[in-house]
Amino acid sequence: MSRINIILALALIASALAVVQAQHRSRTYFVELERLKKESRALDEQWGQLQLEQGTWANPARVDALARAQLGLVEPQADRIHVETWTGRP
Amino acid sequence: MSSRSRKLLKLHLEPWRMLAVGGLLLGGMVLVAGRALYLQGINTDYLQGKGNALTNRNLTLPAHRGQVSDRYGQLLAISTPVESLWARADELKLNPVQQAQLAKVLDMPLQDLSKKLARKTRGEFSVRRPVTPEQAVRIAAMGVPGLYLRREFRRYYPAGEVSAHVVGFTNVDDLGQEGVERAYQDWLAGREGARQVVRDRRGNTIRDLAPIKTAQMGGNLALALDLKIQYLAHRELSAAVATHKAKGGSVVVLDAKTGEILALANQPNFNPNNRRNYEPGPMRNRAVIDTFEPGSTIKPFVAAAVLERGLYHPDSVIDTPETWRVGNKLVRDLHPRPQMTVSEIIQRSSNVGAVKLAMSLTPQQYWEVLHRSGFGELPGSGFPGETAGRLRDAALWRPVEHATMAYGYGLSVSLLQLSRAYMAFANDGEVMPLSFLKREPQEIVGERVFSPSVAREVRAMMEAVTQEGGTGTRTRVPGYRVAGKTGTAHKLVDGRYAPDRYLSSFVGMAPASNPRLIIGVAIDEPSGGVYYGGSVAGPVFAQVMAASLRQLALPPDAPETETRMTERGPSIATRTGGGA
Repeated sequence: MSRINIILALALIASALAVVQAQHRSRTYFVELERLKKESRALDEQWGQLQLEQGTWANPARVDALARAQLGLVEPQADRIHVETWTGRP
Repeated sequence: MSSRSRKLLKLHLEPWRMLAVGGLLLGGMVLVAGRALYLQGINTDYLQGKGNALTNRNLTLPAHRGQVSDRYGQLLAISTPVESLWARADELKLNPVQQAQLAKVLDMPLQDLSKKLARKTRGEFSVRRPVTPEQAVRIAAMGVPGLYLRREFRRYYPAGEVSAHVVGFTNVDDLGQEGVERAYQDWLAGREGARQVVRDRRGNTIRDLAPIKTAQMGGNLALALDLKIQYLAHRELSAAVATHKAKGGSVVVLDAKTGEILALANQPNFNPNNRRNYEPGPMRNRAVIDTFEPGSTIKPFVAAAVLERGLYHPDSVIDTPETWRVGNKLVRDLHPRPQMTVSEIIQRSSNVGAVKLAMSLTPQQYWEVLHRSGFGELPGSGFPGETAGRLRDAALWRPVEHATMAYGYGLSVSLLQLSRAYMAFANDGEVMPLSFLKREPQEIVGERVFSPSVAREVRAMMEAVTQEGGTGTRTRVPGYRVAGKTGTAHKLVDGRYAPDRYLSSFVGMAPASNPRLIIGVAIDEPSGGVYYGGSVAGPVFAQVMAASLRQLALPPDAPETETRMTERGPSIATRTGGGA
């Protein structure tokens, strides 16, 4: 009788410890998941900021002004435009 | 022990004292037990709640406002996190060295900074919002007590004033106030979510208690705008308004096939990124919400009305004396000719001719054509504050009003409405619904306003406007056939027509063989001496149309391009000389 009691008691203790370990693991993973979600949000925001930066640098007004002032580009006049039409025979 | 000492040792307790103390103790125990029973058994929530308050948190998940971009994905509006510098007055401790250092980091004079910091003695106040990321790093490194950085979301408009009127802007609470930001507020805003979590000692979230109500992020918006064309329209318009010293102006670019609004620019303009000095005037999207009397730009509709009834042909000859009396009004032409064909009436913009054509219709018939073309009705673009203009009921017209409506006085339209109406001529009689949003290439149901043959005949007349003898020779685009109509309308000031204040306009389409783009230009009160529509609005049209056709890579269709076969390979089309 007491043998079974001892075995059952040990089994009970073992399963209790297993529960504790499982719960701890679950929390650890959850914390990791939260950290990754936070990182994902931070990356999204960074992407938004980069898009904003790109939009600002590529602002047509800025590019126009730089092209004329710094690079000396001009719009080609009609007599310098040569139009080619493709008649469709490859 | 003697019996006497035993007697002394014997405790002499009154029975009632024992009972009293025992009773009190018992009563106390009953009270405590009862309370325990109550707290643990009946009213468990109180203690439970206290326990939960230690670990459980209700979090709100903020919704990120959606982006607005043009049709090619170029950003027009975005919410981005920024750091702002705040100070808590009662904790702030700044020695002079630190103050000088802070002033240097913030790039402001020392006195201004001192004044700003001393302004409030209690509570929190903002010192600079926003600060740049580099400034934020340096300020954090300084470690001044009472000074802290707070993270906020702020709306930025990378295109700035170029697309300001269409995109609009939001207020401090991230609610759209004007433009597309307001029209599609619900789509852009999204909905915040909630979750209930358990927090551990360190503040990490370790468990969700209830299903997470996820935040619905704001949707992104792709507008029909083409930022390159928008920029060109903006640039040419502001140049023209400056050159002609005008009060303002508008440009609208429509896709004739799909009804998409490719560009919409107004002057005066404002910068949505810096609204420190708010002025309501420049924020008006004039092209959509302001009206004007269209003047001669209404004449093609008169021509269409008489053509579709079979009353005249494009070559029918009409007597057009220099003046023509209707009621007590004398209608006169600027460049009179004794006789003109219907085609020439449009080409030379004859008021007398237009009146004679319109008077051959009943008021109801003429009204019906105008109404069908969209005048007096909302253009249906979805823009907040869009105006329907004014077209009075035909039953109320007196003959003189019937006459003046033939050359564009007595009704009021917006530039968007007028440009949309011209879609009937550009799209072989079918008007597509307008859209500020990018449209997928699918079947869009249009509204038939004129028959295809009538639309094409009127378009041919409008092409003559841009050729020799027409009023719009400065609207030509090299290599392309252009069709349009000029307008030079006197403005109504205090109930009387001012002799020297005009609204110059031009609405045109290209390539005339198969129009893809419609551009409407209106310049308000040019006061530089030049005021004809063809001279003031015309060149703006030509510049924007040329650039837009190039941008869309549309093949030239002007007859002066001739094809030349080479020995091998495809034919090459070149321009012979000339072109305006």
